[in-house]
Amino acid sequence: MRKRHLGSYAAVIVFAVPFLLPFYLLVRNALMSKRELGSLDWHWWPETISFQGFADAFGNEAVPLAHALWNSTLISAISAPLSTLLASMAGYALARIPVAASKPTFFFVIATMMVPGAATFIPTFVVVGSLGGVNTMWGLIVPGLFSAFAVLLFRGFYLRFPRELEDAGRVDGLGYLGLYGRLALPNSGALFASLGILSFIEHWNAFLWPLVIGQDPEFWTVQVALSTNLNQQAVNMPALFAGALVAILPLVALFLIAQRWIVRGVLLTGIKG
Amino acid sequence: MTTAAPPRPATGRPHRAAGRRAARWPAWRAFLLLTLPMVAGLFLFKYVAIGWGFLLSFNDARGTIALGDWNGLENYRRLLGDPAFTRSLVTILLFTLFIVPVTFALSLGLAVLVNRLRGGRAFFRTTFFIPAAVSYVVGALVWKMSLFSGTPSGVANSLAYLLGYEDSIGWVATVDPPLYWIVLVTVRLWLQTGFYMILFLAGIQQIPAQLYEAARVDGAESEGRLFRHITWPMLRNTSVAVVLLLIINAFQAFDEFYNILASNLSGLGGADGRTPLIYLFQTALGEQNYGAGSAGAFVVTVLIVVFTLLQGRLAGFGRTAEEEG
Repeated sequence: MRKRHLGSYAAVIVFAVPFLLPFYLLVRNALMSKRELGSLDWHWWPETISFQGFADAFGNEAVPLAHALWNSTLISAISAPLSTLLASMAGYALARIPVAASKPTFFFVIATMMVPGAATFIPTFVVVGSLGGVNTMWGLIVPGLFSAFAVLLFRGFYLRFPRELEDAGRVDGLGYLGLYGRLALPNSGALFASLGILSFIEHWNAFLWPLVIGQDPEFWTVQVALSTNLNQQAVNMPALFAGALVAILPLVALFLIAQRWIVRGVLLTGIKG
Repeated sequence: MTTAAPPRPATGRPHRAAGRRAARWPAWRAFLLLTLPMVAGLFLFKYVAIGWGFLLSFNDARGTIALGDWNGLENYRRLLGDPAFTRSLVTILLFTLFIVPVTFALSLGLAVLVNRLRGGRAFFRTTFFIPAAVSYVVGALVWKMSLFSGTPSGVANSLAYLLGYEDSIGWVATVDPPLYWIVLVTVRLWLQTGFYMILFLAGIQQIPAQLYEAARVDGAESEGRLFRHITWPMLRNTSVAVVLLLIINAFQAFDEFYNILASNLSGLGGADGRTPLIYLFQTALGEQNYGAGSAGAFVVTVLIVVFTLLQGRLAGFGRTAEEEG
């Protein structure tokens, strides 16, 4: 038995090293001087820690990193709660309000799940472009607010919502909107948090849609800014890695703090197949 | 299809109908208020978008997104006749064939391994899961500029040097042998394995412990046999879901190909690692050919649907074989 456990630990450590290696490289490279990072020999750690990379990353006028970080923050902070709220509203109505339109509306919503998202970026671009959404904040945010899959999850959750609670609310004179706003929504905090955090991560890390819609540097997100840095003719290496490190820090922190919710969200969204 | 239909006014029986209508109206109003934003959003950004795109794919729409210059199947014909597009389909098929089994095996293996640990399980779970916090752009950046950079101080080249290869290897630039595939597969492997490991780990933890105990009583002692006879069949549903998600995601690869192979894409030589989505991006956004871009979007969509149906079919065959055997 003991031998078996030693073997497990040896194996898991062998796998853990390559998984952690890229994080180490990000930190090491961000703290090196240009000269040291450009040298031909391997260095485990900077001879002298340099913060010039961070200064260069934020001082580069061609790629406004601070502004891109602000854009990403704004987009994610608006999209995550709003998309989750819209899904929760629709999910509640479909689960709990018995009107004749309920079933057709449900099929209308879930039919959109059959089409894979990324393949529709050109048709969506056509619509958003014709409405004047290129190089606008709403063009970046609004098309990403409607998740049929989140509706499905909320509907499932509200179908299992205890009927006695609702009956008690009705006795207190609440209508459907009151039942949703005062009872159902406040009692779906766990699902709301899980899906909201996943949505935040998704929007922070999104690349294709911001690349298509936010063409002007004023509307670059942090991923587009990093991609621009990466593909320049002469790359300032420490600045490149310093920018990348800044870009991943919020989400790494979120993962360490809220892992419980993230795992719960992953389990909910992963079992859709 | 929309929810905007008002309750049918019941003519003829004024009294009772009016009463029923008064009782139904609050329900309708609440239903409309709660579903309208979602329904309107999906209508505009899915139904209208896809419908418009579909019509546009039968139009000569260069530099315009207006309908009117109908050209039948010309976009589809030209698209499927363009070697660059068919090459992009081959690229993504190869990529899918590599990345799906490798990610599947690694995430399942790590889940089994982490589940066996007594202490430190949370630490290792986090270690394997945390790359999921990193964007594909940052992953591509680290892989291209540090891990697999062409300079002697790149990680892969430093390791190769230790193993006796004196010349530094241009991992991304080398076409023969196609070393860039190692870069593309490993970066996605690092980014996505943790997500699927979490799914497998949850699946494993739902298997009742009594099953293992019963098997041990029946004489199945070895780890391998327990895995084959209990863990693997009990994880069937999770496995099917994982393969499905892996295929759908692999087919839509864009970010890492775009960022790792960017200099090649602009025609500076090296591998033509265009995926279908990159080809479509260049067609629609670069050449402003929205007709051909829309046509390509539908070709890719059909391929994804066919591939996933095929996978469901294969999984179905797997089950019957299991039941018979």
